[in-house]
Amino acid sequence: MLLNQPHPLETRVLTRRFEYPQKNPIWVDEFVAKQGYEGFRKALGMSPDEIIEEVKKSSLRGRGGAGFPTGLKWSFVDRKSSKPKYVVVNGDEGEPGTCKDRVLIEHDPHRLIEGCLICARAIGAERGWVYIRGEYRFHIDILDKAIAEAYERGYLGENILGSGMTFHLSTHTGAGSYECGEESALLESLEGKRGNPRLKPPFPATVGAFQCPTTVNNVETFCAVPDILLNGGDWYHALGTPKNGGTRMVCLSGHINNPGVYEVPLGFNMKRLIEEIGGGVWKGRKLKAVIPGGSSSPILTADEVDIPADYDSLAKAGSMLGSGATMVCDETTDMVKLLARVMKFYAHESCGWCIPCREGTAWLAKILARMDEGAGMTRDIDMIDQLATSMFGRTFCALGDAAAMPTMSIVRKFRNEFEAKIGSTEVFVPAPGTQPLVVL
Amino acid sequence: MIGNYPTGRQKGALIPMLLYAQDEIGQITEELIDEVSKRLSVNRVEIEEVLGYYTMLHREKRGKHHVQICTNVSCMLRGGEELWEHACGKLGIGNKQTTADGSVSLEEVECIGACSWAPAILVNYDFHFNVTPESLDALIEGLRTKQ
Repeated sequence: MLLNQPHPLETRVLTRRFEYPQKNPIWVDEFVAKQGYEGFRKALGMSPDEIIEEVKKSSLRGRGGAGFPTGLKWSFVDRKSSKPKYVVVNGDEGEPGTCKDRVLIEHDPHRLIEGCLICARAIGAERGWVYIRGEYRFHIDILDKAIAEAYERGYLGENILGSGMTFHLSTHTGAGSYECGEESALLESLEGKRGNPRLKPPFPATVGAFQCPTTVNNVETFCAVPDILLNGGDWYHALGTPKNGGTRMVCLSGHINNPGVYEVPLGFNMKRLIEEIGGGVWKGRKLKAVIPGGSSSPILTADEVDIPADYDSLAKAGSMLGSGATMVCDETTDMVKLLARVMKFYAHESCGWCIPCREGTAWLAKILARMDEGAGMTRDIDMIDQLATSMFGRTFCALGDAAAMPTMSIVRKFRNEFEAKIGSTEVFVPAPGTQPLVVL
Repeated sequence: MIGNYPTGRQKGALIPMLLYAQDEIGQITEELIDEVSKRLSVNRVEIEEVLGYYTMLHREKRGKHHVQICTNVSCMLRGGEELWEHACGKLGIGNKQTTADGSVSLEEVECIGACSWAPAILVNYDFHFNVTPESLDALIEGLRTKQ
């Protein structure tokens, strides 16, 4: 089992049952002995509106990246609709830098099942799926076993705990697609199709899986719900900052002494996170930049990281909290190379459904690779910025934005490095008579 | 598996069915496509569509041990690219190629979600964390002798 040594500065809610070192997942007996399914039992005694109200009070926001208030999302589901309602867990976890959902499933799989049950109770769903990326076969097997245990003990199936409630849950494997982490593409994939995003609105709360009202939330979001029911929304809210309730999982990676997955309250200072919990930048080097929420989030320079890490503060700083992936870059990091690698990823993962993203990411990847190899031209720098700007906000889903945001921020904040890379090599001169491929 | 999806919506089982079947027989074959098409009542073209989209589904035969090396940002920052070069040199093959004896194939993959334990690689479905060129050598030797 993967886990770094717990740090005294952590606030452990989602990870409170974890032990270090932990050999096996927490199976049902141990789970129940440690307050497991008690949040759900409490929810059984409440009305759907009361459950949603409690989640609203907690200020829990979606941990997948967008940070949408969870209670509000649940309230959008039309419970009176004659169609079946569905619960879908997003465990696609493809955002570069993110490795938290796997830790939650690997150690405490029943917590996720309990979160799904509470959501099902709130929106009136009788069926749910946990969509997990294909590479995590090991985790799918753990969750399958936990689901089988829950069926055996009467936590899943028909007439759950004698309450008359029915809920069925199963895992669904992905097959290698970053785009399927986007909720509407995930639903397409769940229906057995290519993972192309859908036009929104209608949002999944109205037309989701198999054309029925659906709630899609991240693994971590569902995992936070049992404790909210157990201890109350106000308690959870108070752990974080106003409008940013609770704790979140952070995945520290890159040039850092103690990389790992930690749980901290919302609003925990990012500089302290890196220096105290992460043990500072490795090899005694200086910090150059931090990617605070996965490779889609705009980069922060070393001078910008002394801020509380919550959704609103990071948005104010021009970046985003994203999926909790914090990637640390030391002073030796080549930002042109970094951006070229980021763009190679987006060009590979673009589903090709809409043109700005399909063309934009591919051209940006080519230009950046050329520049990284030392054959860049001065006008490339502005072209990179311009291409990213024209892609931003003009695509079906957020993948286009996700590729544009880091590009714009890196090329603007580290322009000198782009210039230096061109200055240090001979300027690329096209063969005589060659017509440029694109004239802007 | 089909029972996990709403009545009449059994197509939902398509991707899991293809992936699990591929794990057993090693690749997606024409016979497999026909069989899945029959079981789920979907057209072949709908299956081809999906095959062209998902990177984990493949029609070509791969090595017994499919070594996938991540070179995305978190891994790159901690030596993923050097690891990739090293593996190519050692095995004498490139991306999506298989060694002559069919024991090992190699693929450069995007983020596999093991960023805090980078650089990370996947061998079939088994993760290996904090890999160094030396530990990769030992791992590959082990795979080749295991056959």
